[in-house]
Amino acid sequence: MEVLLCIAAGMLFTVGTYLILAKSLLRIALGTSLISHGVHLLLLTMAGVKRGAPPLLGEEAQAYTDPLPQALILTSIVISFGVTSFFFVLAYRAYKELGTDDMEQLRGQGDE
Amino acid sequence: MMLLHAAVLLPLLFTIFVPLLYKAFPKLHTGWAVLAVPVVLFVFFVMQIPGQMNGGSAQSAAIPWIPALDISFALVLDGLSLLFALLITGIGALVVLYSISYLSRDKEAIHRFYVYLLLFMGAMLGVVLSDNLIVLYGFWELTSLSSFLLIAFWYKRDRSRYGALKSMLITVAGGFAMLGGFVLLYVMGGTFSIRELVAGLDGFSGDALFVPAMLLVLLGAFTKSAQFPFHIWLPDAMEAPTPVSAYLHSATMVKAGLYLVARMSPVFAGEAVWFWLVSGVGLATLLWGSYCAVRQTDLKAVLAYSTISQLGLIMSLLGIGSAAAHQGMAEDAVAAYAGAIAAALFHLFNHATFKGTLFMVVGIVDHETGTRDLRRLGGLMALMPVTFALALVASFSMAGIPPFNGFLSKEMFFTGALKAAELSLFGVPGWSALFPIIAWAASVFTFIYCMIVVFKTFAGRFKAEALDHKPHEAPLLMLVPPAVLASLVIVVGLFPGLVAGSLIEPALAAVLPAQADAYHVKITMWHGWTTELFMTIGVVAVGIALFLTLRYWQGIYALLPGRLTFNRVYDGLLRVLDRGSLFLTGRYMTGSLRHYLIYIFAFMIGLLGWMMLRLDVLGGGSPVYAELSFYEVVLVAVIVLAALAVPLAASRLTAILLTGAVGYIVSLLFVVLRAPDLALTQLIVETVSVTLFLLCFYHLPKLRKEMAPLPFKLGNALISVGVGLVVTTIALVVSGARKFDSISDFFIAQSYELAGGRNMVNVILVDFRGFDTLLEIMVLGIASLGIYALIKLRLADGEGGERLENK
Repeated sequence: MEVLLCIAAGMLFTVGTYLILAKSLLRIALGTSLISHGVHLLLLTMAGVKRGAPPLLGEEAQAYTDPLPQALILTSIVISFGVTSFFFVLAYRAYKELGTDDMEQLRGQGDE
Repeated sequence: MMLLHAAVLLPLLFTIFVPLLYKAFPKLHTGWAVLAVPVVLFVFFVMQIPGQMNGGSAQSAAIPWIPALDISFALVLDGLSLLFALLITGIGALVVLYSISYLSRDKEAIHRFYVYLLLFMGAMLGVVLSDNLIVLYGFWELTSLSSFLLIAFWYKRDRSRYGALKSMLITVAGGFAMLGGFVLLYVMGGTFSIRELVAGLDGFSGDALFVPAMLLVLLGAFTKSAQFPFHIWLPDAMEAPTPVSAYLHSATMVKAGLYLVARMSPVFAGEAVWFWLVSGVGLATLLWGSYCAVRQTDLKAVLAYSTISQLGLIMSLLGIGSAAAHQGMAEDAVAAYAGAIAAALFHLFNHATFKGTLFMVVGIVDHETGTRDLRRLGGLMALMPVTFALALVASFSMAGIPPFNGFLSKEMFFTGALKAAELSLFGVPGWSALFPIIAWAASVFTFIYCMIVVFKTFAGRFKAEALDHKPHEAPLLMLVPPAVLASLVIVVGLFPGLVAGSLIEPALAAVLPAQADAYHVKITMWHGWTTELFMTIGVVAVGIALFLTLRYWQGIYALLPGRLTFNRVYDGLLRVLDRGSLFLTGRYMTGSLRHYLIYIFAFMIGLLGWMMLRLDVLGGGSPVYAELSFYEVVLVAVIVLAALAVPLAASRLTAILLTGAVGYIVSLLFVVLRAPDLALTQLIVETVSVTLFLLCFYHLPKLRKEMAPLPFKLGNALISVGVGLVVTTIALVVSGARKFDSISDFFIAQSYELAGGRNMVNVILVDFRGFDTLLEIMVLGIASLGIYALIKLRLADGEGGERLENK
């Protein structure tokens, strides 16, 4: 199971990196959100998966899944959501002001 | 004895009062108030002379500064320091007096001038009195800095700024090298105190770092003292006001390097490298400086090159004299080489007197005629008789003609050079025969430019048409300082015993502590029909002949150095550095986000991949993995396929939906992996994100097909596959090997006991690790405020901007 998840996270990283290297701002935004999915999967996988019941004490189980990485991922999801939405609006404003979403055209001037 | 500290700090502290005095007394020339400082210090140092004569012991005083680093503000006054301190304060007083009539209070910012000058004076006193190497270095850099400020005193002129920058770059580069040498000495000797280094010399003189330390210290000394090939800053420093040139660039600062060589002689003198470098570079400087001085047409440039050449002379004498410290020589040979050091110190004193006079004379000529150009000057003898007499005395002394003091030191120089020719104890015996030959040739050139200075300026035809106004004799006040120096030239020439016993001998004892008893300085005007005397007669005869035929052979200067000057090397080096760094930065700082990301990713792949290969991480271990069900395989397969389809999507809607699909399947995976809270959050966040995507991209342009060339896509693909591989490998390695148990057993056991909650994830979020959540809420708050600001605030377009300003 872990091997499969590792490969899936690696694939998400690959596609995310490929999108980030593209010219269009839209692709870059999609790339960042794919990479954050990959990171969350990795965080969960690293703690070991499916080793017990969900981390709810009412379950009365012998063993529970590690709750700590889940708390970390929850924090991370919220933060990456905040950053991503800020990035979207930034891209939107940049397009409105500058009229392009091509990163090559958004380069600074030569004398900067 | 805290008086020494007061002496060093007095000029530095007095700088505070200079601007106040300048503002408070508009009628008074501030120089008169400043004059008190060097005069008081000079009297103080004169009173120290009896204590240093006849083998008097050095006086020392120390104030702890940074005891933890072995840095104390330690000052030592011995014969060498005293000689320099007298020169600094004595000539300092005369220069201040001279500048009172040279710089007009109405036209110049003289308060700045005196602040810089006093700063320099205090720094220079600090250099010659310091015993601690780090304190010495601090004062050393302060002299560089104040010299920089003084050269650029007329900062509106291009040439002044160019000269100041050049001297700063060269002397500070040398200063850094010197600091490196000092640190190496500390590493070897374990102390920053010069006297303790000398005392513990036997312990480290064979160290592998000894010669590197010596080379670095010498680099500092050579750059400061304008030795070949670092002499190029000195002629450009002549853009400074003439009192500055007289003080800094002839009498004091350029001798800081000589002081350093003399001061470090007890440490390094036994080494053959030291002997060959110091005397060799000194002779090269002597010859090159005297050769170049003849071609100059600007009086100050002649004097600048002559200073370079005389500094080379003193440097070579210090080098020759260092042979006296070599072990296993006959006693009379030691005495003869010690004589070379005595000659160096004597000439150092003499040079300060006659070169100071000459600069002041040139300043007077410049002041009265408005030019320093030799081609426009001539026939001033009748108009300015006193100035002429002063120039004559000083020039003849520089040329080495009796009865002036320059004659004596030049004779002693020839003695030293002849003695060096007999030298075979450092190997390569044949080369030492060059010493007297170079010395003699350089003296001939010295004679020629000395004659040029006097006769091209004061003799010949008076060119009234070339001058702006009719020149006349300078005011009396301006003539006093050079007259004092010139009378010193004559008095010391006639009665050399006056300084030999009182100044030179204690200084010699400081440079050669072990050999001090073997030699007593005796300088006499007449010492019989010796080889040196015949050499001097030859210099005068050949010099007169060459001076009279100057116009016939001056053509050689067009051939040599021609275009091969060191100034071109310096300018070229600066240009290459400038353009090279610009070119280099332009190559990699392209402004393209993609390039920077490629650097980051490539570095990550390279570093992590290389480390994984080195550590051979994949071998070993048999991790236990959880079992796999068909349902999970399907979910993962869908995630991978959806992700892979995103780059291939033709429209933005498809791309957004595919990304959303990845997010939803991830939340399904969270369900399978027993993370209910994560699944909930992920589901909601993904929904909001996709909505936001769609909202924003409604306004964005249509997704264009990537019209990039194939190499572009291939390169991107290569890098992304590399990143994916590295991440996968690391994940596999880490997930298989668990080194220790999780701390989560605590959370599981105590979640209800301590926090009273059954949902462990929520308890961790708000109780055990509630601080994370607080800041995460803050992140969301900042992001929403930022989004609000981005949308609402517009400064660029008129409407929004005005609305903001009106509020």
